[in-house]
Amino acid sequence: MKTILLSGVALAVLASGAIAQNVTEVRIMWYSDGNEGEVIADLLDRFEQNNPDIDIVLDNVAYQVIMEQLPIQLAAGEGPDIARVTNLKAQAEHWIDLRPHVADPAYWDENFGGRFDWIRKDGSDAIPGYMTQLTLTGGFANATLFEQAGVELPGPGATWDEWIEASRQVMEDQGLPAAFAIDRSGHRVAGPSISYGANFIADDGMPAPIDDGAMAYLSRLAEWTEQGLMLPEVWVSAAGTTYRAAADDFINAQIPFYYSGSWQVSNLSSKIGDAFDWVMIGSPCGDAGCSGMAGGAALVGIKYTQHPEEVARVMDFLASEDILREFSERTLFLPAHAGVVAKGGLEFQSDDPLVPPALNAFVAASAETMPAADAMPAWVWANTYYGAIVTRISQVMAGELTMEQARELIDSDVADQVEAAGQ
Amino acid sequence: MARFGETVGRVATLPLVLIARAFDPVLRLWQRGTGTGGMVAFFLLPNMAIFGVFVIIPLVLNFVYSLTGGTNILLGDRSFIGFGQYGRLLECGNYLQPLTCREDQFWTAVRNTSLFVLFQVSLMVCVSMITALILNRNIAGRGFFRAVFFFPVLLSPVVVGLIWRWILQRQGLMNLIVTNLGFDPVVWLNDRFFAFAAAIGVSTWAHMGFYTLILLAGLQAIPKDLYEAAEMDATPPARVFWRITLPLLGPNLAVVLVLALIRGVQIFDEAYVLTGGGPGTSTLFLTQYIYEVGFASFLRNPGLAAAASILMGLVLVVLTLIQLGLSRRAERGNTR
Amino acid sequence: MSAIKNFIFRRRGRDGGWHWTDIVTWVWLIGGTILMFGPALWLVSSSFKGPAQLAEFPPTLLPYVQEVATVEGHDAPLPLFEATMEDGTTRILAEIRRIGTSAQMVDPADPGERISVRLTDRTPLREVGLAVDNYVDPFLSFDFMRYLGNSVFVTMAATFLTLLTNSMAAYALSKYRFRGRDAVMLLIIGTLMVPLSVILVPLYSVVSAVGLLNSLWGVILPTIATPTGVFLLRQYMLTIPDELIEAARMDHASEWQIYWRIILPLAAPALAVLAIFSVVWRWNDFLWPLIVLSRRELYTLQIGLNTYAGELNVQWHYILAMTVVTMIPVVLVFIFLQRFITTGIAGAGIK
Repeated sequence: MKTILLSGVALAVLASGAIAQNVTEVRIMWYSDGNEGEVIADLLDRFEQNNPDIDIVLDNVAYQVIMEQLPIQLAAGEGPDIARVTNLKAQAEHWIDLRPHVADPAYWDENFGGRFDWIRKDGSDAIPGYMTQLTLTGGFANATLFEQAGVELPGPGATWDEWIEASRQVMEDQGLPAAFAIDRSGHRVAGPSISYGANFIADDGMPAPIDDGAMAYLSRLAEWTEQGLMLPEVWVSAAGTTYRAAADDFINAQIPFYYSGSWQVSNLSSKIGDAFDWVMIGSPCGDAGCSGMAGGAALVGIKYTQHPEEVARVMDFLASEDILREFSERTLFLPAHAGVVAKGGLEFQSDDPLVPPALNAFVAASAETMPAADAMPAWVWANTYYGAIVTRISQVMAGELTMEQARELIDSDVADQVEAAGQ
Repeated sequence: MARFGETVGRVATLPLVLIARAFDPVLRLWQRGTGTGGMVAFFLLPNMAIFGVFVIIPLVLNFVYSLTGGTNILLGDRSFIGFGQYGRLLECGNYLQPLTCREDQFWTAVRNTSLFVLFQVSLMVCVSMITALILNRNIAGRGFFRAVFFFPVLLSPVVVGLIWRWILQRQGLMNLIVTNLGFDPVVWLNDRFFAFAAAIGVSTWAHMGFYTLILLAGLQAIPKDLYEAAEMDATPPARVFWRITLPLLGPNLAVVLVLALIRGVQIFDEAYVLTGGGPGTSTLFLTQYIYEVGFASFLRNPGLAAAASILMGLVLVVLTLIQLGLSRRAERGNTR
Repeated sequence: MSAIKNFIFRRRGRDGGWHWTDIVTWVWLIGGTILMFGPALWLVSSSFKGPAQLAEFPPTLLPYVQEVATVEGHDAPLPLFEATMEDGTTRILAEIRRIGTSAQMVDPADPGERISVRLTDRTPLREVGLAVDNYVDPFLSFDFMRYLGNSVFVTMAATFLTLLTNSMAAYALSKYRFRGRDAVMLLIIGTLMVPLSVILVPLYSVVSAVGLLNSLWGVILPTIATPTGVFLLRQYMLTIPDELIEAARMDHASEWQIYWRIILPLAAPALAVLAIFSVVWRWNDFLWPLIVLSRRELYTLQIGLNTYAGELNVQWHYILAMTVVTMIPVVLVFIFLQRFITTGIAGAGIK
């Protein structure tokens, strides 16, 4: 009896050892804007059930970790196997090429090919991963506050100046601390700048000196801050390129008008709930157009992984049409999959009646983006430019620089960085 | 109370003693083999090995970084450019006007840090001194109050920054107080003056308890009969303070001054969480500049950050030498 | 009785009068107490407020929760409001839903009738209560026990190793004369001046090169050779009389035995101070673990909590609650050991 028991135990140990040997661990570093962390965990559970030889570990981290700690790990040749990132182009050297590993490269090219240039080096044909979602910057208005103040929401085609004026009336009527806020991010101000005719990219693909178009919008931001129309906490009270969002102030009904982007929809819907009505208003217009800025997050394989085959299998699963459709429907994200977009009919899963019109408004607004804006996501110097703009314009808002000084400094910051990168 | 302290000490040393006992036979042999000198090396070895690997080597590497260019973080991918980064940092029309410098943010940070250290250290010394003098009085609940001022020392800098940011924000406690007093609410951290004052005040709040205790230890070591003699002579309290207390407090005061100075120059976590360097760059301090340029920012340049930290290190070495000079002189004064 | 009274109101002033220094003393002490504890108490109070209440101005001193009532025909409890009706009377009504600038409300006693009330004509009914969800949600959604375990392991291991290596080095530096001793001491003190944030990148390369990334030891080892610890212990050991050591040598004690049989017990007060500081430091560590640990199962508590700072917004209600949680051990240390620390630093610390 004893021997049988012992051998049984031995067998069990052997068996579990054998299984353990065959299981490959795949690590995904993931950050969440809204509920996508839960959705992806759920989808990955499904994958694991059908693929017992792969053990996926999802490391949920703060966005700051993706921005500040991941780059150090990558530079040291470390890091997870897969990561969800937003700094796509500048770090492209660290992404893997899954082309030899994915089941059907043609499927990838067909459905994601249009945006591969956002996440790979210029001139490469790599398949580094896929965009988990497309985003588009745009404005949100607190319709309830506008209604209470008796101010009409400016219609389609309204300019930035008209929007700020209307918001000012709401602010004064309702006794709000500010009329408007925009996230502290170069990516957020780039679209509106382009609406005023800005072009950041010179003919040779290098950064162009900052032009009058960009200055037109950026000086407006500075003026609005000085006049107390733009919420100063977001931009003024930080130095450097630190990212700050103003979503909380909009959620708490402190500002009637907020410029951010489509990724906020799920967040706004869940946090605002029934408290007030909000609408997505697209991007207000400048002299040259009414452009937002496309962008997005991508799930990419990391070059330093020991298990490219397994990474490819996970990616194949997540990028498959059904799964991507479900992911988009449950997270309220705009999909970046050509097939899903072409078929349409996404059933976004939200009880909130405000969500479908908001997402539709984003889809409509994506037709308004201008060529100069469309070129930015695949441009390697975009973040450098964004960083310089945020740093210097904040200083103007704080009264440390004049707009003219800022202009020179933005150009010299960008030039310094180009020089440093070339050393 | 003393017994309680002994208990804590014993609990803390118990595992050490147990481990040490286990090594006893081996080390007896070692001593026989290498003599006392070998034992000294052995005592120093673990600490210095770890120290060497995790402090000295990174420091040396940091210097190497400062001589390289490029935006790569991995040293192997970087190219040697000599002292170019230093040149870039030091290129300046007028050092007092950051905007005339090539790296204006660096010089802004230098200016802010100098001002911060000047005011924060003065405030720290004054507040700790007053508190220590008061706690040295024969008052009820002395032990309790001594602990009260020490409480924030135990909080993590991140928590300290968060607490005060929460209090000073637009809808915070400070504005509740201010509006109750009949004033208009202020966005404190958006105001150049208040934000800078907040950085000074909060860091003083967080660390003063530590310095108070050092000064208190000094005060308690001053012989009581000196005061009694002064009282006999009906010497005014202010005179007693300047003539007896302050001179005898010299060594402790030197320690406080220099520790506060070093920590002031290094100010980072709590100010970073509190103000993020804003409004504008008015609370951008050196360590934040180095951290951001080093890797946190879109405009990353690790070599420049390394060069800036070496320059900061040089300044701190000068401060150390002053510390050594001060405490030597104070010690000499004491024994005389 | 009068002895107690005398004790409590002991003053400088003669004849029971108040000298100005007495007034300054008590104003300073009471003001100081409020200033030192007030912010932390405000944090604790705020951490029990719901997100909506956190956004309110003026803030209330105590946390409140919205009163709710279960109304027939509605599954979820409905929030209660005090509504002013058109005739000027006030009624307690429950909100069904809000439409634009008015709300559809119902009297809990009479669920059939629906009343439309303008938003400006109603105020929420609230009672003092705790938004416990701020604490419960994060606990349910992340691996709290594992993070706590990692934090405890890091804190204990780092403290133990700090005490061992620092006391050995301090012993050598205080009780032996050898060439280069001053240089070693100077080197150690010199690194007091190197803040971690400055050597982060090279330190990362070193830790990466020795293969300690994503290991708790990668967090522990770089922290244990603290200059402060060596300095503090050495200063204390200098006060231990050399005669004790000489006597032990006469009895043929080995140098190692002298260290652990004589020096360690005698240095216990200083070791205890260092132990307490080390526990507090390692528990509070944030930046370094954040960089070394990128795997969820290795997170310490501080890093786990940081996940709540997402891209979009700072979720203040969770952050405040979790900050309070991380403060608990520190507060416990404070409550039970404060007298010892404060006398310990004064007695053992800087001489």
